[in-house]
Amino acid sequence: MKNLKLLLVFFLAFFLITTLCFPAWGAKTIKIGVIGPMQFVQGKGHWNGAVMAAEEINAKGGVKVGDKMMKIELVKADSNEFLNVTDATNAMERLMSRDRVDFVIGGFRSEAVLAMQDIAMEYKKIFIGCGAAHNKLCTRVAEDYDTYKYFFRGTPINSSFLVRTSFIQMATVAGIMKAKLGIPKIRVAVVAEKAMWADPLIPACKGFIPKLGHEISGIWRPSPVATDVMAELSAIQRANTHIILTFFSSSVGIPFARQAGELKIPAALVGINVEAQKDGFWQATQGQGNYVMTLNTYNRDVEPTELTKPFIDKYVKRFGETPTYTANTYSVITYNIVPVIEMTGTLDADRLVKVMETREYLDAAGKTGYMKDDQGRHLHDLKWGPGYQTSIGTQWQDGKQVGVWPYKWKASKDAPEVTYKGVVPYKIAPWIAEAYKK
Amino acid sequence: MFADIIITSLINGSTYALLAIGFSLIFGVARIVNIAHTAFYMVAAFCIFFVTHHWGFHPIVGMLIAVPLVTLLGMVTYGIFIAPIREHEAAVLIGTIALAMALQEVMLLIFTGNYRSVPPLVQGYFTIIGVKVFYQQLITFVAALVILGALRLLLMKTRLGLAIRSTAQDREVANLMGMNESRVALYTVGISIALAGFTGAVIVPLTIVEPFMWLHPLIMMMAVVVLGGLGSIKGSFVAAYILGFAEAAVVFLIPMGAFLKGSVALSIMILVLLIRPEGLFGIVFEEER
Repeated sequence: MKNLKLLLVFFLAFFLITTLCFPAWGAKTIKIGVIGPMQFVQGKGHWNGAVMAAEEINAKGGVKVGDKMMKIELVKADSNEFLNVTDATNAMERLMSRDRVDFVIGGFRSEAVLAMQDIAMEYKKIFIGCGAAHNKLCTRVAEDYDTYKYFFRGTPINSSFLVRTSFIQMATVAGIMKAKLGIPKIRVAVVAEKAMWADPLIPACKGFIPKLGHEISGIWRPSPVATDVMAELSAIQRANTHIILTFFSSSVGIPFARQAGELKIPAALVGINVEAQKDGFWQATQGQGNYVMTLNTYNRDVEPTELTKPFIDKYVKRFGETPTYTANTYSVITYNIVPVIEMTGTLDADRLVKVMETREYLDAAGKTGYMKDDQGRHLHDLKWGPGYQTSIGTQWQDGKQVGVWPYKWKASKDAPEVTYKGVVPYKIAPWIAEAYKK
Repeated sequence: MFADIIITSLINGSTYALLAIGFSLIFGVARIVNIAHTAFYMVAAFCIFFVTHHWGFHPIVGMLIAVPLVTLLGMVTYGIFIAPIREHEAAVLIGTIALAMALQEVMLLIFTGNYRSVPPLVQGYFTIIGVKVFYQQLITFVAALVILGALRLLLMKTRLGLAIRSTAQDREVANLMGMNESRVALYTVGISIALAGFTGAVIVPLTIVEPFMWLHPLIMMMAVVVLGGLGSIKGSFVAAYILGFAEAAVVFLIPMGAFLKGSVALSIMILVLLIRPEGLFGIVFEEER
């Protein structure tokens, strides 16, 4: 009897150890955690893109890992990061400790992704960010490679490149306004929501806008969730502004565009307005968001690469809307994670990182490659510029979102002109043209 | 710039006044700190969105459906959740928070977190002293004045008003005089929620419809009510315009600190309370009620 008890205890202990410590033994799937604010468009983009990729890959038999085929299994995690960063870290912890995923993709708010990043790194899991732009996410990799090497940026380009692209797009619009309306000196109002990602953009604006030959008419920092910006708009108009350079990733992008349109403020809205990237923007602004321009990743008619159109067409057919940039989870799985696993024949994160950080490949958003910093250290941050991901500029023109940049763009004096397929000329709003007509 | 500040503060203040009057009423009579007040405002906004967007009706139709529907919802939820625990103030406070969260989650499930909007009752704007003002904002301003006037008439010239005032002054004596205090409280809740629904209906074309839209107005409304004096309708009205002025002044005078407008308004509230703890028009001692 005593021996039987001992045997039973031994058996239970063995069972416990094997289930807790070696759960991956015999695993037939590659688990990818998809983390994002799932009740919001950004999280839905994360999930939809990943679902499309997983379905396509699984339909072809799965991923070849060494000599066996493994299917992709997605694990959905609602980070609720718009409302609570703690929810985001809890969701990441759950993916790591309970779901035991092999990879994580997603995240949106920089504040939340920085916190989630630490958890994923602690578990030494590859985490590809598909939403946050803050530079620190990648400078951490260079500064402490051993800890943060498992993090890569999937989308968008970093804050510095975002602001650089916004300046280029703003300069393009300023050039058009100068040429067509004869405005000698363009005055620019900078309106950036009060959020971590937008903070470094303010000194950049102060330094760069005068260098472009324009004047800053003022800087406004509304709350990211402000629902009434009448006061700001009145002040902006009082400051004789020609261009409003916006940096909005939250809901404030809707009332700002709507009220500016309703009040017929004679200033062109350019910059970043994440809400204006969505199909629902027209309804959300009751059509008052006409002529708003924003930096963007996808547009139904614009093709930065030959892989863009098939992806967008399939996405629209499947989900009935244009993908936002967080849907780049599709490209991250299809063109990054899966090929690298097949090339190395392993799920070992350290071996995968070595290949990922040096590899360059084409995906639906452009050519993707990873940068090093000026000391030659790996950043795992996306390369930017002609030939790589540049993002695009889209404008709402009479209820339709069209691509307007890059249109005959020259990155430098001697560089060739770049125009993506499907891009059309920018339009000045009629009330702006009327206001400055001589 | 001064004209901008004055006009903007009148507009902002009207929004807060509309919300705070209903909240004050329910606190003054039933001693209910109804945290769910702005959640009903959010539900009304979604009703109007649904009627205009999915059924294609004019926003007026949406208003006519939303206000009675939300009032009914408010009275039913009051009867089920709040009335049984009314004597326990802390329980009521927690209960209304839970109710607000539940309404938020239900709207999130039905409508998701997408941002939506409804068309204004009257399109366009006019210019006054060089300041552009939407017709919809003018409606909000007029509505605040009309509601205050109507409420005053109700309270001063009707039997129900007399009952409400009596109950607000002393529930026990009102009961002894033969007034059905529970029924008066129920009617007051109905009026208060109807006001929240009406506020939602008037303001919704000026804002974004989303499940979390009740949170910011809640904070400002609480600030208005505390500043004006808990339960004082007149106080709420005056305080709403003071805080509206503070917000407008911040945006115009400190553009880089525009995001601080809410914090500055709340700081003013704290400063006033340090000098006058009962609020501008509040009652110093509970025994005075």
